[in-house]
Amino acid sequence: MSTLHTVNKSPFERSNLDACLGRALAGDMILLMEDGVVAAIKGTAVSGRVEDAAKQFRVYVLGPDLAARGFDPGAVVSGVQVADYGTFVDLAAEARTVNAWL
Amino acid sequence: MEEEFESGVVKKFMYVNRKVPYGTIYALEVLEMILISAAFDQDVHVAFLDDGVYQIKKGQSTGDSGMKNFSPTYRALEGYDIEKLYVEKESLEERGLTEADLLVPVEVLSRTELAQLMSEMDMVLSA
Repeated sequence: MSTLHTVNKSPFERSNLDACLGRALAGDMILLMEDGVVAAIKGTAVSGRVEDAAKQFRVYVLGPDLAARGFDPGAVVSGVQVADYGTFVDLAAEARTVNAWL
Repeated sequence: MEEEFESGVVKKFMYVNRKVPYGTIYALEVLEMILISAAFDQDVHVAFLDDGVYQIKKGQSTGDSGMKNFSPTYRALEGYDIEKLYVEKESLEERGLTEADLLVPVEVLSRTELAQLMSEMDMVLSA
């Protein structure tokens, strides 16, 4: 059974993305939401790390939070899927636990 | 939830502490949640990782700063049957701390072991 990890802070301001990546297990799901969506954007200092993570974990970014910050799905690094609220609910229901890294 | 408690279902809870105490209210609030959960006879686990390891550093003295030193409460958890305390080895090492610097008996686990334990929980609350 897998865990859904949510990361809601920018990796440029806080360390919770690293905290999550260091403890997620193979097959886990990671959802970047709220300010955490900036981690999913191409061409940043962390995009390589997120792209690598997407090979190991199922990585999602929350579409409405991405749009609110002026980014299109096209700006997202490869391997990261854009999720809507319905998908968020499905992921939470599929997971054994949800771990919100604050 | 209420029905589950009434029927005596025991869930595995883990409280994950990741912040230095006193700068924000998180450490104290999590401690209060832990004490509340003890009243519901649940299987409570408490983990300290990243800056959370500072919450159980020995010798906290808050008199001059005017804040309440809540660190003795971690030692009182045993009295509420909360004895599953875990500390991540890597987090201690990164901060130049050892088990001897901690004010309460804990089980020191590697990052991998702790991640595994976390994945076995029914509920994880991280702050």
